[in-house]
Amino acid sequence: MSDLASALPGAEAQGLVTVREAGLVGMVTFRGDLSAPDTAAAIKAATGCDVPGQRAVVTEGEVSVAWMSPDELLVICPHDAATGMAAQISAQMGAAHHLALNVSDARAVFEVAGAGWRDVLAKVSPADLSREAFGPGEMRRTRLAQVAGAFWMTGEETVRVICFRSVARYVFDLLALSAKEGGAVGYH
Amino acid sequence: MLLLECPYCGVKADETELTPGGEAHLKRFGPGSTDEAFEEYLFLRPNPKGVHFERWRHAHGCGKWFLAARDTATLEVFGTYTAQTTEPPEHIIDAIRAKRPDWSQA
Repeated sequence: MSDLASALPGAEAQGLVTVREAGLVGMVTFRGDLSAPDTAAAIKAATGCDVPGQRAVVTEGEVSVAWMSPDELLVICPHDAATGMAAQISAQMGAAHHLALNVSDARAVFEVAGAGWRDVLAKVSPADLSREAFGPGEMRRTRLAQVAGAFWMTGEETVRVICFRSVARYVFDLLALSAKEGGAVGYH
Repeated sequence: MLLLECPYCGVKADETELTPGGEAHLKRFGPGSTDEAFEEYLFLRPNPKGVHFERWRHAHGCGKWFLAARDTATLEVFGTYTAQTTEPPEHIIDAIRAKRPDWSQA
């Protein structure tokens, strides 16, 4: 069997903030009717989390469930748990129309840590990153320079950024450049 | 800068997060229709200077198509609404009439 590898193993850049590739992260995409009681029960049973409201991220232990669109959730979990989690959601959903799929290796995950993360991200994204507009418990899907990406806060000064694996190098270099010493803007 | 609020995810999305989709509320004329009707559906747009109804896709966000009413001359946005409708909803029409009393729907 092939060895498992994340997009940019061990990649790290120091600057205004630390940008680090987060390694292997499990991800399960779920699509279906989020308002259905069956969906809530299946997500709760498999992940321990409630179905998040609009743009919210709900975390229970090692598992987070994020609202991605009106009919899509992203389950973030340990890498080796993803296949089982997708299967468990599908088993719970039974005949109800849905999709639950392990997409762990479709994306790259970066951790941006440091007090200046709002400025570092605001330089590459049109999202409003003021404290009033974006805070903990929100998944913000947006644009990172030329590609699609999303981020959510995992702590007061840490944020996780996801993008498609095919653009992992681009996004890492972009964040590293945005975080380069001398590029502080001091806006947020 | 043009900001449109996506009615599906509630994000005030910058224009660069969105993909434009042309005029909204078009009735499709496909196979079996007359050449004139097909030509009008495919090519002919009134394109007035002023109030437009447009399709937009929140491409770098939730991925959903939505509709917006705005003034293409002033960039004023009257409102955004979901795409599950064949004509502009009443509150959008009211919002336009409040700002443009002499406007009439083509």
